[in-house]
Amino acid sequence: MAITRETVEKVALLARLKLSETELEKMTEQMGQIVGYVDQLSEVDTEGVEPMAHAVEVTNVFAEDVVAESLPREQALSNAPSSNERGYLVPAVLGD
Amino acid sequence: MSLLDRSACQLLADLKAGEISSVELTQASLDRIEAADEKVGAFLQQSGRAALAAAEQIDVRRAAGEQLGILAGLPVAVKDVLCDSTTTTTCASKMLANFRPPYDSTVVAKLRSADAVLVGRTNMDEFAMGGSTENSAVQLTRNPWDLQRAPGGSSGGAAACVAAGMVPLSIGTDTGGSIRQPAGLCGVVGMKPTYGRVSRYGLVAFASSLDQVGPLARTAEDVALLLEAIAGHDPRDSTSLEEATPAYSQSVSKPLENMRIGVVKEQFATGLNSEVETAVRDAIAVYESLGATVKEVELPHSKYGVAAYYVIAPSEASSNLARYDGAHYGHRTDQAEMMAELEAERKQLSESGDQRGLDNLDTPLIRMYRRSRAEGFGPEVKRRIMLGTYALSAGYYDAYYLKALKVRRLIRQDYDKAFEDVDLIAGPVTASPAFKLGEMVDDPLAMYLVDLYTVSANLAGLPGLSMPCGFSEAGLPIGLQLQAPPLKEQRLLKAAHMYQQTTDWHTRRPPET
Amino acid sequence: MPEQPYTTVIGLEVHVQLATQSKLFCRCSTQFGAEPNTQTCPVCTGLPGTLPVMNAHAFELSLQTAIALNCDIPGFTKWDRKQYYYPDLPKGYQISQFDLPMSDDGYLEIADPKDRFEPKRVRILRAHLEEDAGKSVHDEAAGKADSEIDLNRTGTPLLEIVSEPDMRSSLEARAFLQELKLLLTYIGVSDCNMQEGSLRVDANVNLHLEKDSEKVATPIVEIKNMNSFRAVERAIDYEAKRQYDEWQETGRRLGESPKQTRGWDDAAGVTRGQRSKEESSDYRYFPDPDLMPVTTTAEQVEAVRAALPELPAGLRQRLGDDYSLGHYDADVLVNQGRPVVDYYLTAADASGDPKLTCNWVTQEVLRELKDKEITIEQFGVSAERLAGLVKGIDSGAIPGPRGREVFTTMLADDCDAQEATSKLGIEQVDESELVALCQKLVDANPKIVADVKAGKQQAVGALIGQAKAQNPNVDPGRVREICLELAQQS
Ligand SMILES: [Mg+2]
Ligand SMILES: [Zn+2]
Repeated sequence: MAITRETVEKVALLARLKLSETELEKMTEQMGQIVGYVDQLSEVDTEGVEPMAHAVEVTNVFAEDVVAESLPREQALSNAPSSNERGYLVPAVLGD
Repeated sequence: MSLLDRSACQLLADLKAGEISSVELTQASLDRIEAADEKVGAFLQQSGRAALAAAEQIDVRRAAGEQLGILAGLPVAVKDVLCDSTTTTTCASKMLANFRPPYDSTVVAKLRSADAVLVGRTNMDEFAMGGSTENSAVQLTRNPWDLQRAPGGSSGGAAACVAAGMVPLSIGTDTGGSIRQPAGLCGVVGMKPTYGRVSRYGLVAFASSLDQVGPLARTAEDVALLLEAIAGHDPRDSTSLEEATPAYSQSVSKPLENMRIGVVKEQFATGLNSEVETAVRDAIAVYESLGATVKEVELPHSKYGVAAYYVIAPSEASSNLARYDGAHYGHRTDQAEMMAELEAERKQLSESGDQRGLDNLDTPLIRMYRRSRAEGFGPEVKRRIMLGTYALSAGYYDAYYLKALKVRRLIRQDYDKAFEDVDLIAGPVTASPAFKLGEMVDDPLAMYLVDLYTVSANLAGLPGLSMPCGFSEAGLPIGLQLQAPPLKEQRLLKAAHMYQQTTDWHTRRPPET
Repeated sequence: MPEQPYTTVIGLEVHVQLATQSKLFCRCSTQFGAEPNTQTCPVCTGLPGTLPVMNAHAFELSLQTAIALNCDIPGFTKWDRKQYYYPDLPKGYQISQFDLPMSDDGYLEIADPKDRFEPKRVRILRAHLEEDAGKSVHDEAAGKADSEIDLNRTGTPLLEIVSEPDMRSSLEARAFLQELKLLLTYIGVSDCNMQEGSLRVDANVNLHLEKDSEKVATPIVEIKNMNSFRAVERAIDYEAKRQYDEWQETGRRLGESPKQTRGWDDAAGVTRGQRSKEESSDYRYFPDPDLMPVTTTAEQVEAVRAALPELPAGLRQRLGDDYSLGHYDADVLVNQGRPVVDYYLTAADASGDPKLTCNWVTQEVLRELKDKEITIEQFGVSAERLAGLVKGIDSGAIPGPRGREVFTTMLADDCDAQEATSKLGIEQVDESELVALCQKLVDANPKIVADVKAGKQQAVGALIGQAKAQNPNVDPGRVREICLELAQQS
């Protein structure tokens, strides 16, 4: 499938990336090449083949419902780019 | 001869015998890093004082007759993708330049409880995405065999520091060949264990269903020792296998009998460098001389491995890397600058009466996300996020992601069938020896194709090992890849050890760096 | 209700917080009301390198619920990532279930004891397990540019229950929610506290109407932000009218405009359109590679089913069949919750008079609980003592009309019915004594006797008052009967 600049712009918004004009152009070209290569998958007959999402097929992995200690708040917030004494700060989520 | 020319197993014996101390060894390692790393650039960070303090502790405990861990006193380097609460974990990305995890990865915790001395954090392709370590946002790593060439990647620092004799042991990660390929290009031994053998808890995820942590060293025995220290079931990782860890370091020296080695014809077809072909064929002949029978096997879907991989890995990556949005940790764009930009755009649009443009302006929050991610990620990471987002988006999911998962199953089934007839599959790690730095930076697809021989083991979840099996005329190492059925790491290690008992490629050292 | 020119079609999506101690994929506490960001860890804050591990109890609770909702439990279920960016979702995706939910195809029966709608079966499309997001607080009044994020709630287990659009009025929707809440509290899988967000409801509403004898439907609107069952009722009623007005104005049908989301403003009593996110539909679901699928066998399902407590519907049935209670009484008891029902059952079994016991529980006991704002566990008269009171009344040891006095004394003095009776000086009046007293009164009041004989039976009332004045223990009913008889004979 041909990758258009419009597709790349749409995907960049979905992926929350801001691409410059030059990046958009280059990305359109490179994604086109890579997707063109990947398109060879369509050659493979996969009729009746179960998709394999995991490398190992284990099931029913659980943990007991027992409370363990949480991080002290100061430590939890220690990597935050912006915070006050209670929580993380981000640009207003209003109107979104 | 430097202390560091000895193997890890030898050093361990020397430490036990009291011939050397861990402080002495650690100091030697730090000195070597100091001397050589200016040229090689393997380390992003070295923990000199902390390492010496840890070494001293171990010496004291040894002197007191305490029971010590299996790596007691040995310097180990860790790829900067495994969380360590005592320092930053950056994944060689601007995004995480200042990130200090408040917890230890299981592998780092296991290394500590094995009494390893963690000497530093090694360079890598940003978020482990790449095959040359050139995607590091921090620095270049050079191949100790030829400083103009790439060490491979993404665990380029991990392989280069072992090759350059800075440490006897090093931890890497392998999502599509990221341990085996740099090991091959740097002339060391590297292993990607079975998926689920080593815990991924605390390994910063690239592609969760493919990522696996593994050891690098100069000998199969040393790799066995390091694997024994880090393997094992971890209740914090739901994909971790509930399998007991064999005593690899004990069993590695027991030779395999009636070995049946599989060779895949397509792997020797066009595209394989003739020097590589010769070295690999010679290595297979060595096995024959050791009593192995060689059989041709077929992996008909492996040729689609790279295509399937470059759908699955970016898809998972696009999701795993969504968390880096500048909200809770990691890089955030300058907010004041951002608001000024927004105001300026708004003003311009309203002056030109562009109502549509005004309606389409990103809100401050979305703008914060987009700018932070654009600034924090390098081009390769962006490319993969874009590819993965595309592959999972409405309308393309079935054609790409789902299709790739089905091809993945076929690749695994091919292996299962092949391993009915053979114990191991032997072949090249890469099509050519180490390439020049900068050679492929503008051709991502060519770079992706370097993974041709390694990605299938990740897709199938199998263990694979790479070890030096010769040198090119230009003096560059050539790697041999061995692959085995799930959980048969012991078989790989034994086979590799047998080879190293009969050959001396692994004893060669790069020219003085 | 006046006949409307349209049918309101309602489907509900209910998010229920499961009563686990720890979160769905990490072991942080789920306790409500903690200081912001004090119940988080590397896993639920989505720190690089962390991995989820599924809470076994959360899965058990969701199985119990799904089975109680008559759902099918597939043998295989898996986890998917639902991807979108929001600051209360630190990983950039919510772990949820997409194409293979842990249950589907169930139903819940609803009925109205006041018969305002026909009993019906509301089908359950699916119920799936997922993690909750955090909370963002924006202090608009303070004019702050930034929002504050609290991740305490992030990762709390939720069961999302999706009904088919089977409800036809706000009343039915409310009945569905009440019955669902009752069911969940009976099994004990959730506290269903709407104020604390343990139960959240979104409603999908549209109208079916007829135009030129063609059946048409209006576009579906999803209503959010409803914080009580009452709000759900009001919002649906408002929305139905609004959609009808819009339909008359625009004639727009289902499929002719994208699904809209509207928020309920409780104070203003209106729904308001919410800005739709530009790419909100593209969640890029895919199987979570960090979590393994879960398989469930038919035996496991049967074991869970067998271990389920008695559910409200079955209990109503039993109260009718075994205790001869009418629909209304059974409903009142069952709706009070299992502890009140247990209280009733103990009292009824001990008294041997289920009907009279029911009257006492549904009237006096429930009134006391309501007045004092206490639970049945805190109530001062035990089921056994209440049974003693009922038995006393049945045996005549306690004259019926004095029952309430006895009850009040039992409550005030923390004693049983017998003790209260003697404290009040209540003694059973011997029949011959009673007849003698009545004879005396009849003899002394010829005027009244004459009135009675003339057909004015109510005249005998004055005699009852006199009898009670002479002996407070007399049963006024009996006095009336005897006096009437004696008056007629004289
Ligand atoms: Mg949901
Ligand atoms: Zn947590």
